[in-house]
Amino acid sequence: MSVLIFVDQSEGHIKKSSFEILTYGAQLATQLGVAAQALVAGTVADDLSALGKYGVTKVLHAPAEALNHVDSQMYAQLVATVATTQNASVIIFSHNQTGKAVAGRVAAKLKAGLVTGAVALPDTTSGFVVKRTVFSGKAFANVNILSAVKVISVNPNSFHVTATEGKTAEVETIEIAATPKIKVTAVNKVSGDVPLTEAEIVVSGGRGLKGPENWGMLEDLAKVLHAATACSRPVADSHWRPHHEHVGQTGFQIAPNLYIAIGISGAIQHLAGVNRSKVIVVINKDPEAPFFKAADYGIVGDAFEVIPQLTAEIKKMKGI
Amino acid sequence: MKILVCISKTPDTTSKIAFKNGNTVFDDAGVQWIINPYDEWYALVRAIELQEKDPSAVIHLVTVGGADCEPVIRKALALGGNEAIRVNADSTDSYFIAAQIAEIAKQGGYDLVLTGKETIDYNGSTVGAMVAELLDMPYVSLATKFDLNGTTATINRDIEGGEEVNEVGLPVVVSCQKGVAEQRIPNMRGIMAARTKPLKVTEATAVEALTGIVSFELPPAKAGVKLVPADNVAELVRLLHEEAKAI
Ligand SMILES: Cc1cc2nc3c(=O)[nH]c(=O)nc-3n(C[C@H](O)[C@H](O)[C@H](O)COP(=O)(O)OP(=O)(O)OC[C@H]3O[C@@H](n4cnc5c(N)ncnc54)[C@H](O)[C@@H]3O)c2cc1C
Ligand SMILES: Nc1ncnc2c1ncn2[C@@H]1O[C@H](COP(=O)(O)O)[C@@H](O)[C@H]1O
Repeated sequence: MSVLIFVDQSEGHIKKSSFEILTYGAQLATQLGVAAQALVAGTVADDLSALGKYGVTKVLHAPAEALNHVDSQMYAQLVATVATTQNASVIIFSHNQTGKAVAGRVAAKLKAGLVTGAVALPDTTSGFVVKRTVFSGKAFANVNILSAVKVISVNPNSFHVTATEGKTAEVETIEIAATPKIKVTAVNKVSGDVPLTEAEIVVSGGRGLKGPENWGMLEDLAKVLHAATACSRPVADSHWRPHHEHVGQTGFQIAPNLYIAIGISGAIQHLAGVNRSKVIVVINKDPEAPFFKAADYGIVGDAFEVIPQLTAEIKKMKGI
Repeated sequence: MKILVCISKTPDTTSKIAFKNGNTVFDDAGVQWIINPYDEWYALVRAIELQEKDPSAVIHLVTVGGADCEPVIRKALALGGNEAIRVNADSTDSYFIAAQIAEIAKQGGYDLVLTGKETIDYNGSTVGAMVAELLDMPYVSLATKFDLNGTTATINRDIEGGEEVNEVGLPVVVSCQKGVAEQRIPNMRGIMAARTKPLKVTEATAVEALTGIVSFELPPAKAGVKLVPADNVAELVRLLHEEAKAI
């Protein structure tokens, strides 16, 4: 028996969300008294034996070039085959774009119960109960998985990475015949930016910023904090900012360590996407803005005056 | 061409989220039910647009749910679609729902199955993937653009830190989100027409649920906001650094 962790990579590098699920899977394996193994698909540049520091003993690597793009059908075949040969009782994904494409397929293939968006380790005292977010972050559900084989996808940024430096894992290469049915004709990466769903800090702007020409100061603030930028829905709808920055009930749901909301009123649909952030700072000129009720820290003031000062003060604090 | 659009009902986005029966059941007292926004605004509207370009295309809607889903599915029919199928069952297990949809899809022989990106109540973001697996079809998740040229679909999809353009032959299952289409408002003619469109009810096929909800919880309440005067931004930075340890 084992816990099999599907490690996601992008352009040869292991993603941050994968370190989170490696830790999650290794801790679960300890809890269940079984081995933790990782599965990596596609060409990688990183040293895979180093994944041992997160607690896995073995890394299975399918290096076929055809696996460099996520074709969910092909990926599901790979994961299901490896899970069966390794006798995996639990398969772990990140609930990121790759997990959303593949985990459900693997679960259906293996007739395994699936919990997506998990935020904590399973409670195995009675059954196999996994806590997950529901109602777009407004509540949690405790879900019991009833099948023998179980699949869990873990919400990004909900599990703390722990590592023991120097520990290594055995790497085993597996050959599989992979023929994708989906042809990838272009890949457009948003280069230079911190991906929103992986960001520790997010700086977000709303209609209070008046227009796209005013985002420069927000980007400056994001830069000194090494933060990703986000926005409210009307901002994306008005094409002031790209659609992939839209957070909320109908946009991305994020859970960074720090969320700074500037000129955003805090409508319930917006909060649904950000209320799992650990610390929320609200800057709004209206003291009655509903967002203050969901905030940890706030400044009642004009964004156009506060933001440049905030950037300057952070630079001072960081000595840059 | 035959298109199947998966429609689910969800509480209105402003609904107060509360639970009853010892936190085991969602309390729907006073809750307005709506069509899941992703299903309505993107999956359904894109299907309607495809039919406007190719009037020979047929659109069926499918929902898995009790009789209380019917007002919502009628609302969907008011936007468009030729007929609707309701699989009579109450379930929150994604596999159970996917198995029912796959069964309908097999019987109907659809070229295209469209779902929303996720339900805004259950947030599984997974029914489409399961349906695709059960039908042994390719699945393109989180589409932001969908075009059809003969039997080849060109789809933009979200990947981490960007997007990818995919080309895939029909049949295919696609989950739709913002970008795929623009929200439409149903007109009077549509609302009238929806009253007479067929809404078939079929019984669920026997599928065991693989998961079960034990209980719900609400997140802990925030302690209250600490306000810092606008002329003392340095104090906010100090608090974030020393107290919250967030920067
Ligand atoms: C079904 C549905 C789904 C939705 N999904 C989402 C979603 O996913 N995400 C989302 O964000 N919204 C969503 N919405 C929209 C949501 O209800 C709000 O309309 C939206 O969040 C408001 O955006 P905003 O806060 O940027 O703008 P506004 O509500 O206009 O607020 C602007 C704020 O800026 C402040 N302000 C103005 N000038 C300044 C200044 N100089 N300095 C500082 N503050 C200033 C104002 O006091 C105000 O609080 C959804 C709505 C519906 C019906
Ligand atoms: N009960 C249901 N009936 C019909 N379609 C559904 C149902 N539940 C989910 N779907 C479809 O599957 C998509 C993803 O749902 P979920 O996996 O629950 O987030 C939704 O956007 C719908 O298109």
